[in-house]
Amino acid sequence: MEKEKLIELVGVSKSYDGENVLKNLDLYIRDNEFITLLGPSGCGKTTTLRIIGGFVTPDTGRVIFEGKDITALPPNKRQLNTVFQKYALFPHMNVFENIAFGLRIQGVSEQEIKRRVSEMLEMVGLSGFEKRAVTQMSGGQQQRIAIARALVNKPRVLLLDEPLGALDFKMRQDMQYELKNIHKQAGITFIYVTHDQEEALTLSDTIAVMNQGIIQQIGTPEDIYNEPKNAFVADFIGDSNIIDGVMLHDYLVNIRGVDFPCVDAGFRREEPVDVVIRPEDVILTTPEKGQLQGVVTSLTFKGVHYEMDVEACGYEWLVHSTKMEPVGSHVGICVDPENIQIMHKPRSVDEEAAGVDE
Amino acid sequence: MNKKNLWLSGPYLVWIVGFILLPLVTIFYYGFTTAQGGFTFANIINAVTDSANLKAIGLTVLLAALATAICLLLGYPLALCLSRIGLKWQKAVIFLFILPMWMNFMLQMVAINVILEDNGIINTILTALGLEKVHIANTFGAILIGMVYDYFPFMLLPLYNTVSRLDGDLINASKDLGAGPLRTFFKITFPLSLPGLVSGATMVFIPAISDFAIAEMLGGGKIMLVGNIVEMSFTKGQYYQGSGLAILLMAFVIISSLITGEDGENEGGAMLP
Amino acid sequence: MKKLSAVLRGLYIGLIFLMLYLPVMLMIVLSFNESRSAYEWGGFSFVKYEALFGNETIMEALLTTVVLGFAAAALATLIGTLGCIGMLAMRKRVQKTVSTVANIPLLNADIVTGVSLMLFFTAIVGRMNSVTLLASHVTLILPYVVLNVYPKLAQFDPSVYEAALDLGASPVKAFFKVMLPDIFPGVLTGFLLALTISLDDFTITYFTKGQGLNTLSTLIYTNRIRGILPEYYALAALMFVGVLFLILIIQIVNIRSAKPQARGDKQRIRR
Repeated sequence: MEKEKLIELVGVSKSYDGENVLKNLDLYIRDNEFITLLGPSGCGKTTTLRIIGGFVTPDTGRVIFEGKDITALPPNKRQLNTVFQKYALFPHMNVFENIAFGLRIQGVSEQEIKRRVSEMLEMVGLSGFEKRAVTQMSGGQQQRIAIARALVNKPRVLLLDEPLGALDFKMRQDMQYELKNIHKQAGITFIYVTHDQEEALTLSDTIAVMNQGIIQQIGTPEDIYNEPKNAFVADFIGDSNIIDGVMLHDYLVNIRGVDFPCVDAGFRREEPVDVVIRPEDVILTTPEKGQLQGVVTSLTFKGVHYEMDVEACGYEWLVHSTKMEPVGSHVGICVDPENIQIMHKPRSVDEEAAGVDE
Repeated sequence: MNKKNLWLSGPYLVWIVGFILLPLVTIFYYGFTTAQGGFTFANIINAVTDSANLKAIGLTVLLAALATAICLLLGYPLALCLSRIGLKWQKAVIFLFILPMWMNFMLQMVAINVILEDNGIINTILTALGLEKVHIANTFGAILIGMVYDYFPFMLLPLYNTVSRLDGDLINASKDLGAGPLRTFFKITFPLSLPGLVSGATMVFIPAISDFAIAEMLGGGKIMLVGNIVEMSFTKGQYYQGSGLAILLMAFVIISSLITGEDGENEGGAMLP
Repeated sequence: MKKLSAVLRGLYIGLIFLMLYLPVMLMIVLSFNESRSAYEWGGFSFVKYEALFGNETIMEALLTTVVLGFAAAALATLIGTLGCIGMLAMRKRVQKTVSTVANIPLLNADIVTGVSLMLFFTAIVGRMNSVTLLASHVTLILPYVVLNVYPKLAQFDPSVYEAALDLGASPVKAFFKVMLPDIFPGVLTGFLLALTISLDDFTITYFTKGQGLNTLSTLIYTNRIRGILPEYYALAALMFVGVLFLILIIQIVNIRSAKPQARGDKQRIRR
């Protein structure tokens, strides 16, 4: 593991106008991985990316690239390139000149520039667009040019700041697939910033979920989805039912007066906890067979499944199921023990951000 | 908000036709007729061939070009500096920079005279320091200083508006792709500032080339610009020759606004930040 | 490195700032100078203000300037605002032509606007008088009114006006109750900007004022051979403070009306 570390952030903090955007952040990034910084707006993910890119200098802490401290190195001397949020294509240059910009700075020969630019254009599927004005191209095309402009310099790392944010839904889906391909082809590290959890789950090898300037959880998409470390992660990744509960003893939790067997242990007796249950893990059955009884209050068809709200024990349960129950019908609710996630309650707002759970 | 409201613009349209179009027609009429009422190009030809006129045209173009260049050289770095101030303060600072322009124009001229006169502030200071006096008042230099002072805001505002709207990520992207500060400036910042530079240059050049009051107030009536000749022609009642020169001035305005695509709205909007 | 460039930036900004304010500040400071000479400090006094208020010619010109300014601005605001309402009903092509012609005085050299008006008035009424001066000022400032009012009017949601009609208001009542309050910031800033431009004008006034009539600008210009009168210092200080006041109001109205307030919803719908 150790030797794979390509970039390391050590104790990085940053504040703007007295507001702490990053709080003592530690993070390492392995060679060739596709890592996503995921979180709501204002969580510090873009600042983190800008610190890696060299556009923002951290107040404290160091940025290490292959063992060397690059904290004070200006962006033009770093071996990484960025795809900016709104692409930042140079409006006074055509497609070819935009992509050739970095190569010209390096003093690459004209012949070599031509070869490498057309190679890049082919890779992003825009061969023949060399002479076009970038301002006349669609969002998706601009996006590809931005990627080509960055990759043509053969960087060790590509930084992508919400690159799909400006595209419509269909285009986003296509580009996700393409990004994954480009990552495979280029064989370099991608650091990706987004607030879209679905995008993060689809694309990444590793996801770092951030909130309030702190990394809440870092792991593979599967880990993050199946084993959220705290209520914030659970709520942010996919839909969740987050219900107040009391841990009676190991392997038994009381939710709203009803005991549920579970697989978690190591809590204090009678400790108030957050119980997280994914909507697809809530099983609807007849009232008699259910652990809880409730009434369906709303029903929406979502294509693959139905989404229902079930009022039971004073909580509105979100349920995903392929079978529908009409509004007003009385149902029973069951949850398998292994699908119940128990989490410590945060003791303060700050701890909620920090996701303290040790 | 329908066709019924069309008549409300009646007075406005009458005004535009009556006080903008008709006066222009009048001046073209005079510009192309002789005192006897016959059609002629003589007034226009005279405007650009008369030796006194030619001298004035040369001097005026030189003066206007210099004023524009100085405003640009002072204003562009200033606009760049101002765009880097914290956003919270930017508007207020720009406002402060525009404010002196609102002192009455004639009183501005008076103030500049107080500074430049042979017994003025500058020379008082020079004498106190035991240095020799400089003679600026009533020279070409005094007019130039007056023009730069008076028209500087017209340069600053369009420049600032362009520069402050430059996407910071374009600069970042250039650095990201390996360009140092100098190359970033010449390859990105400067080319993208051009619209503002051109617009500012027009807004200084047009009033500068048609000025007569600054030349009269600061030049002591010794230096004849095109504007002074036009003014004299009209106050002396030589409407035909005067119109010929006025049409020449208009040609300058039209040509420079065609080159720059300036439609005047910028000036109206740029009077305030 | 970064600190150094920030310091240099500050120095540059400060230097130009000083240069721009030197004449204004000089006039204000010297206006309190007891000494008649500009270059010696004779102690603090109001003699120059006394001289100013005692100078009938200047006071008359000041009155002319202010009355002319308010009259021209009021007339221009009325014509311009009504014009904007009518313009909304025009086809885009016509509208474009109208505004191109209307903006000619903005772009054209003042001297050309001035002499063309002078020639025109000479041709139709023979000589200049206070009416030709007023008409010329309205012509000069009309574009500023339109440029301030039109954008506000174009933002105005016509269905609100129609709703007022639907609820039984007469068109005039609907205009005053619904439309005017909405576009008022634009009308007010248009009026104030027009007033400021009129107060400051020299060139147009010079050519269209007629014998015997003077605004401050033309008076100073006509008296230029007499040199710098002590009254000018006091006048400069007062005029600067007066115009500063006008500009501040314009800024405040602009900033206030830029805030979305309760109209946020409507704006969202239109986007």
